[in-house]
Formats: sequence, C-alpha cells, structure tokens
Amino acid sequence: MSEARKTFWDGVRAELPLLVGVFPFGMIYGALALDAGLSKGASQMMSSIVFAGSAQFVTTQLVSDAAPALVIIMTIAVVNLRHMLYSASLAPYLKDLSLKWKVLLSYLLTDEAYAPSALEYERTGVKPKSHWFLLGAGFTLWSIWQISTAFGIFLGAAIPENWQLDFALPLTFIAMVVPALKNRPMIAAAVSAGMVALAAYGLPFKLGLILAAMTGIVIGTVFEGKK
Amino acid sequence: MNIWLIMLIGGLITFGMRFSLIFLFGKFEIPETMRKALHYVPPAVLSAIIFPELLYRSSQIDFSLGNTRLLAGVIAILAAWFSRNTLLTILTGMIALLLLQAVMGT
Repeated sequence: MSEARKTFWDGVRAELPLLVGVFPFGMIYGALALDAGLSKGASQMMSSIVFAGSAQFVTTQLVSDAAPALVIIMTIAVVNLRHMLYSASLAPYLKDLSLKWKVLLSYLLTDEAYAPSALEYERTGVKPKSHWFLLGAGFTLWSIWQISTAFGIFLGAAIPENWQLDFALPLTFIAMVVPALKNRPMIAAAVSAGMVALAAYGLPFKLGLILAAMTGIVIGTVFEGKK
Repeated sequence: MNIWLIMLIGGLITFGMRFSLIFLFGKFEIPETMRKALHYVPPAVLSAIIFPELLYRSSQIDFSLGNTRLLAGVIAILAAWFSRNTLLTILTGMIALLLLQAVMGT
C-alpha cells in the first residue's frame, strides 16, 4: 500500500472511536432542525454548507426563535471563533501544501477531525504524506455527519410532539460545557455568561446572547490573567 | 433573509476561520491575549443559551420547583459532571424531564 493511502486509513481509524458520539449528535441535529421549522432540504444541506455541529444547533435554536439574520450570522461567527485556534495549530504541518489541499483540509477542519490529527502530528512531526491523515479523519467525520443528519430528519418527522424534543438542545450543550469546567476561569466564564443571558433576555433581536457570550469570554480571560 | 443565504454566509465565515491561519502561516500570528480568549468561547456561548432555556418559562424567570426543565437540567448537569458522557447526559435529562412532567401532571 502506498504511504499516502496508508496514512489516509490511519486517519480513518483514529476517527472511528469519536463517531460513537457524533452519530447521535447528528441525528439530534437533524430532528431539531426539522422541529424548528427548517425544510428537509435546508436541514440536510446545513450539515455540508456550515458543517459545524454547535453552530448548526445554535442556528436551529435561533431560527425557531425567529431571530434576525444578522444576529444568526454573528452568532455563528462567535461560536466558530475557536476554529482559528485549530487553524493556527495545524498550519505549520500543512504549510508546504498546494492551495487546493489547504482549501479542502480547511473545509474538513472540525473539532473532531482536529483532535486526533493534532495528536498524531505532535507525535510524528511533519512527514511528506502526513496531510492524508487529516483527510482520512475529516472525510470520515464528514460522511458520518451527513448520514446521521439524514437519519435524524427521517426519524424526527416520526417523533411525537409531547416528547419535548427541543429540550435535547440545552441538554446537548450541558453535555459539552460541564466537562470543560476544569478550572476557575472556565467556571467564571460560563456562570457570568449565563447570568448576563438571563438579565439581557428581554433585549430585542436575541442580542442578549451575543452580549452574554462576550461578557463570559472577557471574564474568563481576565480571571486567567490574575492566576 | 432567506435561510439559504444565512447558511451560505455562515458557512463562508466558518470556512474562513478554519482557512485563515493555514493560509496566513508565517505572515500572521494570533496575539497571546486573543489565543487565551478563544478558549472561553465555547463555555460562554453555550452557557448563554443553557441558562435562559432552563430558567425562562413564558418570558419570565421561574425559579420554583414547579419548573420541570430547571430540575431536569440540574439532573443532567450532575450526570454530565460524573459521567462526562454526551449521550448519557442527554438521555438522563430527557428521561428526567418526561418523568417529572408525568409526576407533576404538567
């Protein structure tokens, strides 16, 4: 087997354990998007056009709250800011690639593709074919994300109203936030953002969300500086 | 605005962020303060959604025991803290909500 193909399959294999969490997540997204009033086509296509789990969940939420377009777009931007960190972190390993490769791998650079790839690159350093690893991990995740979304859309239509499916959204976020609360600055960021969100809930256009997020980010950063 | 246009712009912004520093490698570094700040984006944004979802009932804060979503949310937070498992947390929270509503008859 060629070096490129072998590295690609290494990436696929490294991604597999993460799919256990991704598949139900994609299904819940598909079902919620439909529940929020998006068409089947739009729900499905968001998984390839935006291709970012938490941003898709937030968009779903804001669409069902009838938030204005500008607020939805700003929120997607804030939620996805962290991808700049991933981009910075992998950049040294991808610097010699062609523009086409850089574009393709950037499109595939999700949380779940970044995590195993960053670990692998730290371990092996830069090798001529190491970008195939990220391609393998990213492509595997992409495929499963599309399939699980489709499953969710299919099943979502069959779930009865009184199951309160919309509650799965804050629950998903709780499952993501709580394990990250490992130190004081993180807790301060989460709690201050939550408090401001409650206080600013009445603001028009769902602007309270952005205000609260900004507050949490500043508080967390300031707290970290004081340590 | 049309949902497709929102998705397209949202997708371009997302791609732009993923592409940004891979493209600019060697020409631009993220300043240290911003690098720190970026770590706080996920907990801040997600908490800003979680708190009102649990506490607001028909546009006012409901801090009572009759608020089944708040109770189920707290149970889910405990489940997340001890299990660190996404799926288990979601399932625990959903089952807690359905049981609480059945018990309280709301």
